[in-house]
Amino acid sequence: MRTTTRRSHRLLALAAVAALTTGVLAGCAGDSDDGDSSGSGNNSGGGKTTLTVGTFGVFGYKQAGLYDEYTKLHPDITIKENVTTRTDVYWPKVLTRLQAGSGTDDIQAIEVGNITEAVQTQGSKFVDLGKDVDKSQWLDWKNAQATTADGKLIGLGTDIGPMAICYRKDLFEKAGLETDRTKLAAQWKGDWNKYVDLGKQYMKKAPSGTKFVDSASSVYNAVLNGESERYYDKSGKVVWDKSSGVKNAWDVAMSVATSNMSAKLKQFDKPWDQGYANASFATVACPAWMIGYIQEKSGDAGKGKWDVAAAPTAGNWGGAFIGVPTAGKHQKEAIELAKWLTAPEQQAKVFAKQASFPSAPAAYSTLKPAPATTEFFSNAPITQIFSDAAKTIPAQIFGVKDQPINTALTDIGILQVEQKGKSPEQGWDAATNEIKDVLGQ
Amino acid sequence: MTSPKQALAHPASSAEAAPGSQPGAARGAHGRGTPPPEGKGPWRSRLYRWDMKASPYVFIAPFFVIFGAFSLIPLLYTAWYSLHDVQLSSLDTQTWAGLDNYQNLLSSDFFWNALKNTFTIGVISTVPQLMAAIGLAHLLNYRLRGSTVWRVVMLTPYATSVAAATLVFTLLYSWDGGMINWLLDFVGIDPINWRESDWGSQFAVSSIVIWRWTGYNALIYLAAMQAIPADLYESAAIDGANRWQQFIHVTVPQLRPTILFTVVVSTIGATQLFGEPLLFGGVSGSKGGSEHQYQTLGLYMYDQGWIIGNLGKASAIAWSMFLILLIVAAINLLVTRRLRKSQ
Repeated sequence: MRTTTRRSHRLLALAAVAALTTGVLAGCAGDSDDGDSSGSGNNSGGGKTTLTVGTFGVFGYKQAGLYDEYTKLHPDITIKENVTTRTDVYWPKVLTRLQAGSGTDDIQAIEVGNITEAVQTQGSKFVDLGKDVDKSQWLDWKNAQATTADGKLIGLGTDIGPMAICYRKDLFEKAGLETDRTKLAAQWKGDWNKYVDLGKQYMKKAPSGTKFVDSASSVYNAVLNGESERYYDKSGKVVWDKSSGVKNAWDVAMSVATSNMSAKLKQFDKPWDQGYANASFATVACPAWMIGYIQEKSGDAGKGKWDVAAAPTAGNWGGAFIGVPTAGKHQKEAIELAKWLTAPEQQAKVFAKQASFPSAPAAYSTLKPAPATTEFFSNAPITQIFSDAAKTIPAQIFGVKDQPINTALTDIGILQVEQKGKSPEQGWDAATNEIKDVLGQ
Repeated sequence: MTSPKQALAHPASSAEAAPGSQPGAARGAHGRGTPPPEGKGPWRSRLYRWDMKASPYVFIAPFFVIFGAFSLIPLLYTAWYSLHDVQLSSLDTQTWAGLDNYQNLLSSDFFWNALKNTFTIGVISTVPQLMAAIGLAHLLNYRLRGSTVWRVVMLTPYATSVAAATLVFTLLYSWDGGMINWLLDFVGIDPINWRESDWGSQFAVSSIVIWRWTGYNALIYLAAMQAIPADLYESAAIDGANRWQQFIHVTVPQLRPTILFTVVVSTIGATQLFGEPLLFGGVSGSKGGSEHQYQTLGLYMYDQGWIIGNLGKASAIAWSMFLILLIVAAINLLVTRRLRKSQ
């Protein structure tokens, strides 16, 4: 009798916990704490302060050894990173904890797609970092994205995502296309339609089993990220269906989706990773942070076969901020750490390891990618290409529901055309319905 | 099936306890010896009586406290949310919306689509799963060499995590280079885009559910089968019934309450189906495919609440699911009564 009640309690508690954390389900695997990273296990207690850093995906701080370095500089501090792999799992969790005023990490990363929502709705939950830092370290538009209407800076810029095109030189050669990165860039400069035309040319003599591009959605994102107008206007009104940027990106994506040049993969899915390993597509829109990803997923087989060329139009895809929640227990220490992590020198170190591109221009002159990376990408001047792109990125306006709107267009609209053979009009209508649902209309 | 001897012996022992007295009271009277003498005053006896009455409630309280904290309050709070316009990004600002969220759902194609998918995926996963389970249990019920090994093997799929199982299945079903399309190719069938086709995706999701739960149900059936007295089979055999006839005329009728139990549990599980389709969908899995072809109610709720951030509507979906389960429970009750009467 005793055991059964105890078990039922445990079951109930378990069920309750399970119910509360279903949202975390997908991220569970990546959610584990990595106590080893900071060596905190050896010397707990003794007046030490443990700071937690909440991040998503791969931030590169740990990989670049920054936590260890900071702990050496400040022996009284230990750092623990809580990683959630997926942004869509990470962000809702942060939102609820911010509003509950408990459970937040001392430093909390914010993705660029969520920064507007954070600025507009969570401004009071973050410490104003503007007074503590020299704002001129960062690109102006980067600061502007994290500044609230009343002038509070709630996040310090980490990386940005200047974009290029990564391509398989070996496949291009087999298809009889230009392989030199500068000549190639010149061929499609200024117009994504020229890139699509090159794709048609590629498909005529494509090595068997390969396609020109990984997916129509990635082309859509690449084009859209070079447009100044996205889904919202300056006043915060939704204008996605009238936006010239969206129309342009959609049209280019449609010409990819309705031709046979796409491998029809979904980005960040397992088969996409396999696509890198099997060399099943020849080009991919390549924000700086993708460099590390390609290198990891292609493995040694891709070494020296990839190359990088400037994209038709410069754009920014991704990037992040780190902020200090007011609910944190060690705000003063957290601010110091955040400042240090985002300082130009540290951003350069992350670039060297992970190729995440700095948002602090002061770092640009010192950037050195790892020798292995350079070798992997056929000695392409990665730093030069991304710095050039970063200089011409248009300032973009984001909105509160930017991410769900984008998902509706890519994962409903474009996917229906690309994978289910629907017409572009049907795809657009499906996306429209979806966005209405997103906006609660 | 008590033998007549036992039946005779039983009333004698039960007569010892006073008729109508509670087991607790009886135990108390025996365990604590004689009731307190009257001379010690009314206070002590009142305390004693209070102790007798209150203790059982204290003993069961932890369950209800935890139930209240983790089930009832969230349930009621969700009901409250479902009547408001609440965004995930501003939980403090709740504007009264009345039944708007529910009206919104009733007029939403996405909701009806999710309801339909939940039903179809539920049927195509539950029915084959239970039929296979009963068959497997029947096989396991034979005298087998190493029967424990087989039983453990049956339970292993259930012991794997949803995430691990689904990831493997997703790779098997992948369009390009997946093992299943590769096998189909041998038979001369064109590759199927499992994730984006309507029935293909539902079938794929169901297969994960079937794979995980068949063994679990088979063991439940096996336990029930072993309680069926062997003489029933013996007399059936004497009457000339073969194995199959024994199965149909002896095993299945005897298992009826167990089958009903598994049907109810599986139905509840199917209504709440979430992890498998979410992970099967990969990135943006909460949409359940580009045409929502395998978006279940659970996924729709998750998408509305955590991806889009519309908590009010998500709460309304949660409550609709709750109501649907109540209806399912009511139907089940009716069926059970029917079955009992017919027996």
